[in-house]
Amino acid sequence: MHLAYPVVLSALLFCTGLYGVLARRNAILVLMSVELMLNAVNLNLVAFDVWLSRAAEETLHSGQALALFTIAIAAAEIGIGLAIVLAVHRNRGTADIDKLRDTAEGHDPDGTGDSVSDSDADAPTTRAAVTKTEATA
Amino acid sequence: MTFAAAAGTVAHTTTTTAAEAQGFLSPTGVEIAFLLVGLVTFGAAVVTVTTRQLVHAALWLVVALGGLAVEYLLLTAEFIAWVQVLIYVGSVVVLLLFGLMLTRAPIGRSPDADSGNRRVALAVAVAAAVALVWVVVDAFRTTWIDLDGTPAGSTDVTGASLFQHWVLPFEALSVLLLAALVGAIVLSRRANTAAAAREATTRETATGAANGPPSGSASQPTPGPASGPARASTARRRDAEGNR
Repeated sequence: MHLAYPVVLSALLFCTGLYGVLARRNAILVLMSVELMLNAVNLNLVAFDVWLSRAAEETLHSGQALALFTIAIAAAEIGIGLAIVLAVHRNRGTADIDKLRDTAEGHDPDGTGDSVSDSDADAPTTRAAVTKTEATA
Repeated sequence: MTFAAAAGTVAHTTTTTAAEAQGFLSPTGVEIAFLLVGLVTFGAAVVTVTTRQLVHAALWLVVALGGLAVEYLLLTAEFIAWVQVLIYVGSVVVLLLFGLMLTRAPIGRSPDADSGNRRVALAVAVAAAVALVWVVVDAFRTTWIDLDGTPAGSTDVTGASLFQHWVLPFEALSVLLLAALVGAIVLSRRANTAAAAREATTRETATGAANGPPSGSASQPTPGPASGPARASTARRRDAEGNR
């Protein structure tokens, strides 16, 4: 098999994941796109490992070992990421990364300040405000 | 590194001749299978990042990851293929679906799945794809993988290399998984204790509304006598919903 096939597929999958990370708004969809990018890297690692283990008589199998490590790290990453997303959703009532603009300078998405949008009638946001006031009290 | 130099020379001498014998216009059966499964995988990935239905995105991700497992099998990396099926299709997608469920993702089409910078993202992705594919095809146009003979990634071979040469990173990785486990527990426990504290204070507010303002609610807007218990009960109900 030509090495070009898996490598080109890997590049295309990586760019698909890149588009998803940049264009998606929901945090869980961003995590899915990150998974796609990690899988593209895995395909690259496995393809080069198979090539080198035949062509260069390489017995270390570093590509496959690194692919296994990447899979394990991706599993850890998805666990931590989902825990963070769930914590944010519990405190803010939203999982949209466009609306998490507390540390952004300059423009606000709603045209109003953060304190004003916190006192809106939205139920989870008032929950967050109540939590904040009780944490300071 | 002598290993890299040996890889370069040996690969160059053996694979260029083989690849010149095998052109792109007469693909082998494995290549055709790889191409078809690759098309399915890429299409599923594109649907994953473009669909507006969140649950469908997770389900198309299953197709993409399963297709990648088949690609690993075609590359004779059996162990990685089954690990891919077990971990990605088995647990990661289930975790993602649980996350979608717990953040109360809408079931139907959600109009705000994509953010406003879609066109910029598309331009960046297409530019990156063109650059990567061009460079990669130019570099590996004549490289040939020899897939005959014993499989390169059977459980025997992978296990031997993993536990001979990669023992220390393997153990470090287990520590990392443990740290991730503890971190996830800490992240979700802190919210639980906050909810318990809020529960306690709302109960205190509900009972203390008759006796006067409680001690810790100076900055909190004191609810009226009619709205106090109702608000506490709605907060409690919301907590029960959240903890379910």
